[in-house]
Amino acid sequence: MTEKQAFSATGNQMIAEAMRQVDPDVMAAYPITPQTTIVENYAKYVANGQVHTEFVTVESEHSAMSACVGASAAGARVATATASQGLALMWEELFIAAGMRLPIVMANANRALSAPINIHGDHSDVMGARDTGWIIFFAETAQEAYDNTVISFCVAEDERVLLPVMTTLDGFITSHAMERCVLEDDEMVKSFVGPYEAKYALLNTDDPIGAGMFAMGDCYMKSRLALRNANDGSLPIIEEYGKKWAEACGRPFDLVDAWGTEDADYVVVVLGSAAGNVRHIARELRAEGKKVGVVRPRVYRPFPAEQIVEACKGAKAIAVLDRADSIGAKHAPLAADTLAALYAAGEQIPAKNYVYGLGGNDVTNDCIHRVFDDLEKLAAGTVSDELVYLGI
Amino acid sequence: MKMPAIDNFDNWTPEEIPTGFVCEAGTSNLYITGGWRSMRPVWDQDRCTNCMLCWIACPDSSILVNDATMVGIDYDHCKGCGVCVHECRFGALDLIREDEAEEA
Repeated sequence: MTEKQAFSATGNQMIAEAMRQVDPDVMAAYPITPQTTIVENYAKYVANGQVHTEFVTVESEHSAMSACVGASAAGARVATATASQGLALMWEELFIAAGMRLPIVMANANRALSAPINIHGDHSDVMGARDTGWIIFFAETAQEAYDNTVISFCVAEDERVLLPVMTTLDGFITSHAMERCVLEDDEMVKSFVGPYEAKYALLNTDDPIGAGMFAMGDCYMKSRLALRNANDGSLPIIEEYGKKWAEACGRPFDLVDAWGTEDADYVVVVLGSAAGNVRHIARELRAEGKKVGVVRPRVYRPFPAEQIVEACKGAKAIAVLDRADSIGAKHAPLAADTLAALYAAGEQIPAKNYVYGLGGNDVTNDCIHRVFDDLEKLAAGTVSDELVYLGI
Repeated sequence: MKMPAIDNFDNWTPEEIPTGFVCEAGTSNLYITGGWRSMRPVWDQDRCTNCMLCWIACPDSSILVNDATMVGIDYDHCKGCGVCVHECRFGALDLIREDEAEEA
């Protein structure tokens, strides 16, 4: 492997670079903070003739995803990007893209939803899309945002999968902060992803099809089961491409990043950029002799239940940190999924759910210390398992 | 593309349903929507001038025309909306209740 030149870049730049290297046929996108620089950079590549992409400037995200659905059904390789209210405005088309099994790749710069109006990072937007049938990646770093985006095209377009994929990164923290990054060679990425040929294409007049068909209950339900099976079944395929990419680039890929969990008494489960904060404190606690671990799913849909259970097994107490809430439910989304997985596996570990960092609220060292302190008390039965809004 | 046999549609398994429920073109012809009808348009050929207003207005392409001449109504796909009856200037179309039509 040749030495690669490291440089500093934002997560949004890295996603734009990945998309430039893949060079999709169509991108229909609308700018929204904190995603804007992805499509802004990409529009430059189009203007400079660096890509052959047809860039469709649409009047809203509703139109953006509609155009993506149309282009993908026509047989094109399609990518887009959005965030927050934009993703919310796409909601009905997200189901259509998944139900029609269109391998669209979309970046999302995770951001809060109004009200109050707020443009900063949290996971409220993505969590609103978690049940749509899309595959969902969460990147911890800018480098990982790049890696996940390349892998997304492979997974989405694989005939065994054929699903839209969301490659997400935390708004501002990962989308805008400069990090040390490496870019793979253009030709290497192009050959890794390979050419795309749609299984069915509306523009193929030699083989006319009907797409977006009507179905009554029985057939609708069977189609939805086929969608669930495709999403469930994509987990080993995601791992297959992830490992292949890891081998080609020398950067690790695991569906679930488990740090220090082999002998951990206290485990924190967390998605995205905050995992770094938690590991920072966990390292300090380890140095003090405390057995702590951190579990970070890199893929959220399909949910890597088995891998999370494996990483949490043997813990005396676990904390699940959610950067979004599921208001009205007992637990926020990641906690609900994690606890359901543990329950189904017969693991009765005391668990506490924390909602943190909404609207970009700071996740301080004190916040993380509080969580680890609570876990000892939770195991001892001296603190309740009530959901807590952390750091306010 | 090739769908599984359409006459066995009710027994298609989730694995057999084409990915994304993509179907061969033209399958809407096979779907007999005429069964939804509660009112039926009936055509009086003697009064018809072949002006084609009903043909233009019909939302289900159910006015059958051959060589610029109306030849009948496609009851397999007519949903009985009555737009053709409303548009007809010559009293050549009448809307009757489906149960009465069946008795006749």
